[in-house]
Amino acid sequence: MPELAKKRPEFRNINAFTDLTTYRLPAAGWVSILHRVSGAIMFVLMPFIIWMFDTSVSSEVSFSRFKAAFNSGIGFVPGWFIKLVALALIWAYLHHFIAGLRHLWMDVNHHAVEKKTGATTATATLVLSIGLAVVLGAKLFGLY
Amino acid sequence: MSVNYGSKRIVVGAHYGLRDWIAQRATAVLMAIFTVVLLASLIFSKGPIGYDLWAGIFAAQWMKVLTMVVIIALLYHVWIGMRDIWMDYVKPVIARLVLQVFSIAWLVGCAGWAIQVLWRL
Repeated sequence: MPELAKKRPEFRNINAFTDLTTYRLPAAGWVSILHRVSGAIMFVLMPFIIWMFDTSVSSEVSFSRFKAAFNSGIGFVPGWFIKLVALALIWAYLHHFIAGLRHLWMDVNHHAVEKKTGATTATATLVLSIGLAVVLGAKLFGLY
Repeated sequence: MSVNYGSKRIVVGAHYGLRDWIAQRATAVLMAIFTVVLLASLIFSKGPIGYDLWAGIFAAQWMKVLTMVVIIALLYHVWIGMRDIWMDYVKPVIARLVLQVFSIAWLVGCAGWAIQVLWRL
């Protein structure tokens, strides 16, 4: 019997804490994972979205309750927290929307999936979504 | 006829992925159109945005129908997305099944609520 070969390296599943943190993603990689994260955020917060739709649209009384929730809070939840959650949703929607349009464009255009174009549109997606979220967030928190 | 069972089954070419892929695109386009319509009716409105204006947007029958279609599209779109996430990250079959069933229940419940709010306006 031949001598046992030198122990070969094992490649197991990546570890979320030791491996993922060492990855350096390009812009398109960030757009991709954030597309997923933003989608998951909106999935989890869906009851809150429908609650906002319900209270804002059902009647004058519920509409004022909707406004009050943002200004002075509702129950034990302070208003600034409601605004923060709403801002998270605003960012999630913006990112998902813009990255989604980029996706659709890449589906129909061969030029869009080139490395250079992909990097440019990915950067544009990040700048637009974060920029708009900052502008709208500042408005939401009454900075202007 | 291609074999669609056993170890020699053909796992491509049966539109396994294409149907959901294209459904996710189609529903995305619908929701994007809805977003633009909603934003346009807010941006091109006159005066402060109060209850009357906001509720008025959803008062028109065509807007109700469009919103209803978008809610159903959203339900399907999110189902495909969440199913992809569970399939990618959750490997134990029982955990994946539980999460997928939870996603369906969550989405159908949310859609029911949203549709109720919409049609009682």
